[in-house]
Amino acid sequence: MSTTSPTHAGPAGPVDAQPDLLYSEEEEALRAAVRDLLTDHCDAARVISRTETDAPHDLSLWKALADGMGLAGLLVPEDRGGQGATHREAAVVLEELGRAVAPVPYLTSAVVATEALLACAGGSEVLASLASARRIGALAVPLHTAPDGSFPTARAAGGVLHGELAGIADAAAADVLLVPADDGGLYAVEADAAGVTVTGQTSLDLTRPLARVALEGAAGHRVGDAGPAVRRALRAGAGLLASEQLGLADWSLTETVRHLKDRRQFNRPVGGFQALKHRLAQLWLEVVGLRAAARNAADALAAGTAAGDDADAAVAVAVAQAYAGRVAVHAAEEALQLHGGIGMTWEHPVHLYLKRAKADSIAYGTAGAHREALAGLVDLRAP
Amino acid sequence: MTDAAELRRRTQELLAARPPATTDRLDFLRARFDAGLAWVHYPEGLGGLGAPRSLQAVVDAELEAAGAPDNDPRRIGIGLGMAAPTILQYGTEEQRRRFLRPLWTGEEVWCQLFSEPGAGSDLAALGTRAVRADGDGWVVDGQKVWTSSAHLARWAILIARTDPDVPKHRGITYFVCDMTDPGVEVRPLRQITGEAEFNEVFLTGVRIPDSHRLGEVGDGWRVAQTTLNNERVAIGGMRLPREGGMIGPVARTWRERPELRTHDLHQRLLGLWVEAEVARLTGERLRQQLVAGQPGPEGAGMKLGFARLNQQISGLEVELLGAEGLLYDDWTMRRPELVDFTGREAGYRYLRSKGNSIEGGTSEVLLNIVAERVLGLPAEPRTDKDVAWKDLAR
Repeated sequence: MSTTSPTHAGPAGPVDAQPDLLYSEEEEALRAAVRDLLTDHCDAARVISRTETDAPHDLSLWKALADGMGLAGLLVPEDRGGQGATHREAAVVLEELGRAVAPVPYLTSAVVATEALLACAGGSEVLASLASARRIGALAVPLHTAPDGSFPTARAAGGVLHGELAGIADAAAADVLLVPADDGGLYAVEADAAGVTVTGQTSLDLTRPLARVALEGAAGHRVGDAGPAVRRALRAGAGLLASEQLGLADWSLTETVRHLKDRRQFNRPVGGFQALKHRLAQLWLEVVGLRAAARNAADALAAGTAAGDDADAAVAVAVAQAYAGRVAVHAAEEALQLHGGIGMTWEHPVHLYLKRAKADSIAYGTAGAHREALAGLVDLRAP
Repeated sequence: MTDAAELRRRTQELLAARPPATTDRLDFLRARFDAGLAWVHYPEGLGGLGAPRSLQAVVDAELEAAGAPDNDPRRIGIGLGMAAPTILQYGTEEQRRRFLRPLWTGEEVWCQLFSEPGAGSDLAALGTRAVRADGDGWVVDGQKVWTSSAHLARWAILIARTDPDVPKHRGITYFVCDMTDPGVEVRPLRQITGEAEFNEVFLTGVRIPDSHRLGEVGDGWRVAQTTLNNERVAIGGMRLPREGGMIGPVARTWRERPELRTHDLHQRLLGLWVEAEVARLTGERLRQQLVAGQPGPEGAGMKLGFARLNQQISGLEVELLGAEGLLYDDWTMRRPELVDFTGREAGYRYLRSKGNSIEGGTSEVLLNIVAERVLGLPAEPRTDKDVAWKDLAR
């Protein structure tokens, strides 16, 4: 049949400058190096047993990644103590960390806390310490907050901070907390300072646990303005989270396909039944779409930072996050169902992926919150 | 190596020798073909220069800027997208020289005689017979269906059964069929949109010389794979700007007609807008992979997403229009020269898009292809594999 379709240029944005949606050779080399390390040091059994201890974060793995491989400073320019790479490389690292559901504070420290500091005039010493992996940072904004969402603040009075902030991802592993205060400032607070108590919360996601931060007259050092710093940090976090979600989804699909080729029932490999083949093919399509959306978000964040203009990045991030949550959750849910009874056990790692995927679908704004942002960004207004 | 600068130079040479303003359209197109600027990745002498496919855009941009005529690719999509790559890959030198030039210029329109009433998804079960004629060539009898452009076509690509005594995939041969042969009868087939975009084609004692066979006798199934793979790329792989395709009209209506908006429609529209944008990015990523010489398996899936989205978006559009959605622009039986999925009004788009998950391979078959060829899952048990075609139940 003859199939043609004229194009209609929409009013929603220029597309002449196409994003680079591929992986460069250097990015593939980076992926291979990270994957090798994770294969050796982050197997599923080890991750599961660690979740049963008081120290859910794998700090020796973190040291190998962040310090040994120098990955903590990818987003930080060289003259500020980092590697001077871009969001594209950080996204590749996050794909691999997602694939291994690795319990390390990469997204929270090397992306979110780091981006917050990059938006600030002060705090360059803290920034350099995060970039060199001497310390771990956490932005004390609840994990569910969307890039343009409101967030709670600590009370700044008499040069010290008071208040309680809950739902802070990876705060238990942090050396320094970046706390927004009611005077509009963003404060760097040492986690072991007097008046600071960090208490772990029992979290749905075992590998990215939340904590409650209580400040009772804690000393803080103002590094900049909270508003723009938090917005920039959460936008980068949301955009690169899509790459982590891609890693989660890709693992779920790959493992499920592998299982269904091996598993035999009715004297046939279960993966030969058309009802299951169609579900997996459908899931593959979703993962292919997520890869394009996640690459687009990473590329747009990199380009936006270089150009000092984040209008395209805002759309790219919102599109990626309006799509990624559902795909990663669907992939993990299909993995669980298609593994049958074994998928319901604590011993099999699929639950780690389901818990991370479900938590990620809320982290940095739900799909609904990002769709609402898009309504404004691309002029599809509510009634 | 032919690079962008060289192509620009050759294009300017062509424009200088045949100024579009004073040159007959067909003369210009023929000259463009002969200059190797028709499809630059084709071999020299066949409309190309053996250059990277990605450089075609350089030529197209120069020609467009100079106001040169094009070959109206929407009118000759089957020839360009399906017949040409097959002729290039399997044709003899003589066949390539005879067919490709008038195919590309649009002097000769092509159609595709593949599907039959009894062979849809199971195309390899086709029953149209081609029998050796006395002397040279073949005599063909049978019925084909869903044939767009058959009423306009000079030539058809045809697959027919030449050996009923071997299993179905092995007894098929691929031919070029002359649509002006007196044994070819084309009847319009009216569809749910009211118009007749396709035809039924009855073949009765049609003579085909052996020199119009493409590939070996009995090798037609393999040759047809080239055609079918190119069809799926053509359907799913169009480059679009943001809001290109089916989402464009509904987004415009949403912006221009605030009185139609409801909260429920808003949520669904945003969801589909996101999916359409992700599908566009997926297609863009696929094209970048092809340009970089890293063809991925993503192409197999493009048409699946395209079909589902077209159907959901056009369905939403009819609902958004409310009272107007109850009307239809025109049920008149017509025979359009080209198919335009986003043309006409919402009701037409809704009905036409139903075909997107059927034409060029049903979505169900494409899901099997993804599952088996991309994911490597086992095939369904086959009961027809080692049975001669004539012994299959039908």
